[in-house]
Amino acid sequence: MSGWQLFLDSFWPLVVGAVTGTIPLALASFAIGLVLALGVALLRLSKNRVLSGIARFYISVIRGTPLLVQLFVIFYGLPSLGLVIDPWPSAIIAFSLNVGGYGAEVIRAAILSVPKGQWEAGYTIGMSNGMTLRRLILPQAARVSVPPLSNTFISLVKDTSLASLILVTELFRVAQEIAAFSQEFMLLYLEAALIYWIICIVLAGGQGMLEKRLDRYVAT
Amino acid sequence: MLLTARGIRKSFGDNEVLRSIDLEVRRGEVVVLIGPSGSGKTTVLRSLNGLETPDGGTIEFAGGPMLDFAKPISKAQRFALRDRSAMVFQQHNLFPHMTVIENVIEGPLRVQRVPKAQAIAEASALLDRVGLAEKRDAYPFELSGGQQQRVGIVRALALKPQLLLFDEPTSALDPELVGEVLQVIKELADERWTMVVVTHELTFARQAADEVLFMDGGVVVERGAPKQIFTNPTQERTRRFLDRILRPLD
Repeated sequence: MSGWQLFLDSFWPLVVGAVTGTIPLALASFAIGLVLALGVALLRLSKNRVLSGIARFYISVIRGTPLLVQLFVIFYGLPSLGLVIDPWPSAIIAFSLNVGGYGAEVIRAAILSVPKGQWEAGYTIGMSNGMTLRRLILPQAARVSVPPLSNTFISLVKDTSLASLILVTELFRVAQEIAAFSQEFMLLYLEAALIYWIICIVLAGGQGMLEKRLDRYVAT
Repeated sequence: MLLTARGIRKSFGDNEVLRSIDLEVRRGEVVVLIGPSGSGKTTVLRSLNGLETPDGGTIEFAGGPMLDFAKPISKAQRFALRDRSAMVFQQHNLFPHMTVIENVIEGPLRVQRVPKAQAIAEASALLDRVGLAEKRDAYPFELSGGQQQRVGIVRALALKPQLLLFDEPTSALDPELVGEVLQVIKELADERWTMVVVTHELTFARQAADEVLFMDGGVVVERGAPKQIFTNPTQERTRRFLDRILRPLD
């Protein structure tokens, strides 16, 4: 079978792997991770030392340990404590926790970047802290956080390839299987790389559109 | 008497910003605080709505309980104090992600629970008053500094407060835009709004104030009617301050 033929024949299975594995895995983990990140960021910003301590500890663990190790602890490690989690849920849990840690720092920085005067203005028109955060601060922080969070998401899409090691069928695992079968390693792995790249280019385009939309109230 | 503040003390670390301040504001009157930077006048203003919590002293609003700052102040007490007034900031602090009209109705609509149609109608009328009706759907960044500050004033007025607090409202503006803002404030003074204004604009103080307080080093050095303060100050420090401002190059 010629290289080109193999390339074409592998394309569809790889895309299926991306669409049924990589992308849903990334989307689900990012969505959950973002919610977690917001919570952790707010804890980290809290004046309560216990709460901010918990957040700092969590962030330190996530940032201080390899994602692969986090993944293995959940999938291979937990069963020894009696908790067996399937591959997909394990992957989503690990990736979500990871996004939660990194995203928390992004969100915290974004919140801190909003001028103090906005908090004071919210206070003087009668708002509680919570309402000020919701109505005034977070909308402004959101704009600032789009580039770094897009980074996090694009990285996550590629990190999903690690799930292949805990038996999740996604793009990389499909590439591995076809490569092992056909012995055409270079071809398949480059093809997988190409598809990852295409996905990320699309995501970067989406980021650009989002940034433009959020820029409408900023002086040019 | 709308507001009485007695013995207000405040330190930031080792810096004793307010030593003991007494302040009385009568309904319908304009009290102007003048003085050099660091004199504590902005801290006094910010103590009146709870943005700063004094270390000691008392504040009492007509019809409300007296707040004694020697004891811990609860959030509810701070909020109760805050809800009596509205503030206009030096840096306007408009909400950049909202249009002008949205800025103005945010307080009435979300906090005071005024029905939306009513909030919009009242906001539109206020914007019209200050000549910004056609800017209602613009974003703050599209406005000049003077227009932004006028929106800031309208946003405060929309809350229908008992007291207006102005923190150097024109200090951040280009000189040619100062007049349009002072004009609005002066009109509010003529309408008998109760106000406390911190400013360097002495001509405005002279024209609009019912009482002028000159502060320096955390104390009120001198207080009185503007005519007396500006033409016949009794204290040497007052005289020197006024000299520096009114005749800077002598």
